[in-house]
Amino acid sequence: MTLPIGQRPPLLRMSHVEKTFNGDVVALKDMNLDVNEGDFISLLGPSGCGKSTALRLISGLIHPTRGRIAWEGGQGTDDLGVVFQEPTLMPWATVAQNVWLPFRLKGIAYAQVRDEVLEALKLVGLEKFQNAYPRELSGGMKMRVSIARAMVTKPRLILMDEPFAALDEITRFKLNNDLLELKARVGCTVIFVTHSVFESVFLSDRIIVMAARPGRVIEELQVDTPYPRHEDFRTSAEYAAHTRAASDALHRALAVPA
Amino acid sequence: MSLTDTGPAVTVIDEEEAARARRDRINRIAKWTLPSLVMVLTILAWHLYVTLNDIPHYVLPGPVLVAQSIIEDWGLLWPALLITSRLTLLALFFAILGGVLLAVAFTQSKWAEMSFFPYAVILQVTPVIAVAPLLQIYVESAFVAALLCAWIVAFFPILSNTTIGLKSADHNLQDLFTIYGATRWQRLRYLAAPSALPFFLGGLKIAGGLALIGAVVAEFVIGRAGTGLGLASTLLEASYRFNFGRLYGALILISLMGVVIFAATSTISHLALRKWHESALKRD
Repeated sequence: MTLPIGQRPPLLRMSHVEKTFNGDVVALKDMNLDVNEGDFISLLGPSGCGKSTALRLISGLIHPTRGRIAWEGGQGTDDLGVVFQEPTLMPWATVAQNVWLPFRLKGIAYAQVRDEVLEALKLVGLEKFQNAYPRELSGGMKMRVSIARAMVTKPRLILMDEPFAALDEITRFKLNNDLLELKARVGCTVIFVTHSVFESVFLSDRIIVMAARPGRVIEELQVDTPYPRHEDFRTSAEYAAHTRAASDALHRALAVPA
Repeated sequence: MSLTDTGPAVTVIDEEEAARARRDRINRIAKWTLPSLVMVLTILAWHLYVTLNDIPHYVLPGPVLVAQSIIEDWGLLWPALLITSRLTLLALFFAILGGVLLAVAFTQSKWAEMSFFPYAVILQVTPVIAVAPLLQIYVESAFVAALLCAWIVAFFPILSNTTIGLKSADHNLQDLFTIYGATRWQRLRYLAAPSALPFFLGGLKIAGGLALIGAVVAEFVIGRAGTGLGLASTLLEASYRFNFGRLYGALILISLMGVVIFAATSTISHLALRKWHESALKRD
């Protein structure tokens, strides 16, 4: 059970984070964000708004030019799971071997974590495909494997960089539903990058709207509809209202001059 | 739509399936029979051309004479074949060893690549036939000199392909390995090496053929000094003696070796990649 926003314990804090490339290209300007345990945060914005840069900064792949990112209680090696826009599976390895990867890189043998791996595959409904190779799976199934891999270590935070952008709408809706169910079951925190207003409203309880050139946060919206949210939420008046609010915010983000 | 409508549709699919199965069967048989037929016809034409025109055997020996020579000279050709095989396989082995190790060194250290890659290129672009006489002077054993020649020719495709392969790992996967704190060794073993495998195997196919070519060239140049190496020296010697039956016999055996090497490297490549790589997948 997720606590209401405002009562959740803090997980990570970005304070005055700035990222400049090649000395003068400002990809992200003065970003402040408090991530709390159990948050489902969407970073919503046009391309070039620095949402992927923010994700890469949090993942530690790049470092801030200015400002700092601090984890509550320090960051352990198990704290992070990542899902990219592409499924990013190793084509030479089976589904189970792909999900095993985070453990394998810590030197843990498959036999020791077989239960965890199968459990993660079961969560995404692919336990029957543990011995299949990625090429035998559809795009949606590959993405499920990728999500299973990100969740297998039970990380405190999962970063998702437009994971469903390349999928067809029917598959995307299905995966949206499944992702919410998964999150409710494992109780993790998610930061989700998207350029889809509809996706951000359906999934998240906090939407960070960003603008481009330079990339920066414009405003934050809250979607207070309680979880679990089901398919009928998509057609509700509440959803329409939130979508309008987010859409207006995005338009403001597109309109504001740098 | 009523249920009876599905009847004919199913039959059509069945007919299509049957036609496809038939086509597949014919293709499978034709794949072997057609080339065999071409070979038989060529040998027949060769035989008729030689006998009908009374071509002297020192201009073009007939297939019968060549077959006779192979059988009669077997005591001479077989040891020569063994030497050439050993030369080729050893050259290929060292090419794989040197090529892969150097490729790993190049991808692990930018400095190593900067320092040594130009020399690998120079080694490759210098015609081996120009280097062979020098090797013959400096290296006492004719076999070792020939081995060096064949190695020089064979190792570059392995080096160059493996180097590209090791660098071709998916960028997101590389990021993922970074996030999970992978060590350099884990990155090489679990990411770079499997990514490089298809490239390496492509290089191996080329290197297999080149090792044989290198061995033949080396024998031509080095074997000339009367050291009596393998099949290529035998071939050259037979040409001096106008023993064209033996010459053709040696030539055919060299070709056969090439075919065997190609078949072997292709099979290895197929077995290693069939489960996951696009190049080895069957598509409907």
